[in-house]
Amino acid sequence: MSAAVHEPEPQEPRVNYLNATYGIRSWLLTRDHKRIALLYLASITFFFFLGGFFALLIRLELLTPQGDLVQAETYNKLFTMHGVVMIFFFLIPSIPAVLGNFLIPMMIGAKDLAFPRLNLLSWYIYIVGAFFTLWAVVHGGVDTGWTFYTPYSTATSNSQVITTAVGIFITGFSSILTGLNFIVTIHTMRAPGMTWFRLPLFVWSHYATSLIFVLGTPVIAVTVLMVFVERVLHLGLFDPALGGDPILFQHLFWFYSHPAVYIMILPAMGVISEVVTTFSRKNIFGYRIMAYAVISIAVLGFLVWGHHMFVSGQSVYAGMIFSILSFFVAIPSAVKVFNWTATMYKGSISYRTPMLYAFGFIGLFTIGGLTGLFLATLGVNVHVHDTYFIIAHFHYIMVGGAIMGYLGGIHYWWPKISGKLYPEAWARFAALVVFIGFNLTFFPQFILGYLGMPRRYHAYPPEFQVLNVMSTAGASILGAGYIIPMIYLVWSMRYGRNAPANPWGSTGLEWKTTSPPPTDNFAEPPVMTEDPYLYSREEVEIVG
Amino acid sequence: MGPTLPLFPEQASTMAGRVDALYFYLLAVSGFFAALIALLVIVFAIKYRRRSETELPRGVEGSLKLEVAWSVIPLAIALSFFFWGAKLFFAMNRPPNDALEVYVVGKQWMWKVQHADGQREINELHVPVGRAVRLTMTSEDVIHDFFVPAFRMKKDVLPGRYTTAWFEASKPGRYHLFCAQYCGTKHSAMIGWVHAMEPADYQAWLSGGVASESLAAAGAKLFQRHACNTCHRPDSLARGPNLEGLFGKMVQLSDGRTLIADESYIRESILTPNAKIVMGFQPIMPTFQGLVSEEELLQLVAYVKSLSKPSPAPGPAPATGVSSMPPVHRAAPPPKEKGK
Repeated sequence: MSAAVHEPEPQEPRVNYLNATYGIRSWLLTRDHKRIALLYLASITFFFFLGGFFALLIRLELLTPQGDLVQAETYNKLFTMHGVVMIFFFLIPSIPAVLGNFLIPMMIGAKDLAFPRLNLLSWYIYIVGAFFTLWAVVHGGVDTGWTFYTPYSTATSNSQVITTAVGIFITGFSSILTGLNFIVTIHTMRAPGMTWFRLPLFVWSHYATSLIFVLGTPVIAVTVLMVFVERVLHLGLFDPALGGDPILFQHLFWFYSHPAVYIMILPAMGVISEVVTTFSRKNIFGYRIMAYAVISIAVLGFLVWGHHMFVSGQSVYAGMIFSILSFFVAIPSAVKVFNWTATMYKGSISYRTPMLYAFGFIGLFTIGGLTGLFLATLGVNVHVHDTYFIIAHFHYIMVGGAIMGYLGGIHYWWPKISGKLYPEAWARFAALVVFIGFNLTFFPQFILGYLGMPRRYHAYPPEFQVLNVMSTAGASILGAGYIIPMIYLVWSMRYGRNAPANPWGSTGLEWKTTSPPPTDNFAEPPVMTEDPYLYSREEVEIVG
Repeated sequence: MGPTLPLFPEQASTMAGRVDALYFYLLAVSGFFAALIALLVIVFAIKYRRRSETELPRGVEGSLKLEVAWSVIPLAIALSFFFWGAKLFFAMNRPPNDALEVYVVGKQWMWKVQHADGQREINELHVPVGRAVRLTMTSEDVIHDFFVPAFRMKKDVLPGRYTTAWFEASKPGRYHLFCAQYCGTKHSAMIGWVHAMEPADYQAWLSGGVASESLAAAGAKLFQRHACNTCHRPDSLARGPNLEGLFGKMVQLSDGRTLIADESYIRESILTPNAKIVMGFQPIMPTFQGLVSEEELLQLVAYVKSLSKPSPAPGPAPATGVSSMPPVHRAAPPPKEKGK
């Protein structure tokens, strides 16, 4: 099983999940987790470029200090729709619904998810929610910020708050069903010999993510429902003019939306664990610690929501508790970074594109994580809260972390998904462009933030211009870096070389079957006989 | 004027240097760890690069010792951030007692400022250097946030309640005032300037203004105009609690709770009097919701506060005149404690 040698021959055409049946119905009514993953891939790619388009307009507006390209109202809608689209319709479903859907059954040696029809339903629910949100975009947009803070969202804003809220509410159920499906699948459908501590870390991280889906998403559903009810019936839940409490909304909102950050980053961590081991040809350093780390991040992630509210008027003592808990959640994240780095130690490191994304992820996630410590530190948070410092911080996590992980994963599993090889030189080039563009876009924002430039500003004082120009220049490079893979991946589906079953020499079960896999994933039901990531059968070396 | 590239904000308050010191400590530690990780990744990537396609390195067992080390050391460092940050946060939330009182009302999209001496400003705030200034803030509509980067201070300004913040300017100059909490269409236009002035210049500015009367005096007038003084009086005819010496004191409520009489309590007692009934009184006070504006509320609060100052309140004295009655009197009427 130490599959270090490439299978040389390109394959003969044969029946696989892509060509098993034809026609639009065979896709829209499919119960195959792999096809559903591709349905998601198409939908979230659309939303990624839509959200990116909003980002582009934001950056163009900020090229000059005056609010001159678009009006203030339009600008506010742009950053709101950028956040809503990117978070709820791209980042949250990205890795779980595409790569998780495609890979979890294969990684545990199953034919499909536990509830294939439910899986298809999740996608339809996502699409229905997406239509509500798109309707809101087309009919004037929404201007509350993706955070929907009350009482602005309930009492003042004249935009499409209700439609957007309904869209988010509906889409939440798609997350819940996906999470439920993953949890049941991982519990009940593991192949013989696939014990909990033989699961790939990708599966562990999706298990942790699914817990958040199931436990956290109902809270955001209730919260947006309350906003809806308050707006329509003026119940006085959040609006102080009606006897409500605006801070209550922030508690409810962040109780979900902080764990949602971990929904975005944990799956990316899972991707990186797979990529780093494969391209180092090494077992992961500290497997069990890595598994415990994702679970503890998911659990602790539920206890830190108040760190978004240090200057909200929340009590000083509550602030202290949320601050110290936030430092605790940083520790398992740090441990993961150390373990990935240690995995490379004495490895055989290949510079294929997925590994380049993994290098990028480790560097950018480290910066994102470390600047999170600045924000968890009460005395410093007061100054940088609601400035560009926090914009930079969470883009390092969500773009530098989650999207780098997503792109790394897409490249890594592309031969499995499409049965084709992507063009390596172009892919390496694009990874470099993304890395440079990303840093040029977001690093200046740390400086801007500490200087005091508030977020969500349509116009800004002229002394901030140079840094904003750098950021906008970076964003255009970053945009190009995202368009290049879009082009060559689509190109490769038709013109790419056929992929062997295991082009990287990985030990994962998903590489034991053909590329692309048959509808039932495996010709023979697999049996797991050894630990994951077992590249070398030689006696292991003890370090430290 | 050519393009400028500032990299660090001005330090213009006593807190700024303290925040920056912690920030530099964070920067140093983070810089060290970021460099360490980057260096290790680069060194490993080069040193252990794949030299042949069939190369197969030996496995390396994880090490509990290392795992413990790289959990405990970061935790210890993180705790140092926590304690330092918490200490600073406490200082930020504890204004000195002799602070100058300034009252701020935010509304879409402007800042309205009232000084204790009666000066009013819009989108400007004049303060002396070397003197702590305490802001009592509220909003007329949505949530805003009072942010002065040069002072490293920021606090949300909420409708329906008071939040407080303080700073002590240390360097004369003109500094940005930003609204940092998104508040609607013209959020980025809800900006202004804080002018920190030498004490002498500040005195000149105070006397040059058009201030008619102090805030407490304006509050005292409102107190009479709304006939508050017919019930809130120190003598035996009082049907409401005596307000003299009340501010900052412990209050016993009819439901057994106690609380400290602060700005928010006074505000609430004017707008929703029945929310908290003082022990020994009836819930007879009508609400003044809609009758007094946020700015007038702040004047009333300033007046009530002035009744607790050692020096007598400026402006017209309370109509009831002398206030020598012992508080025992007010507990005397038979309490009929059933309502709230």
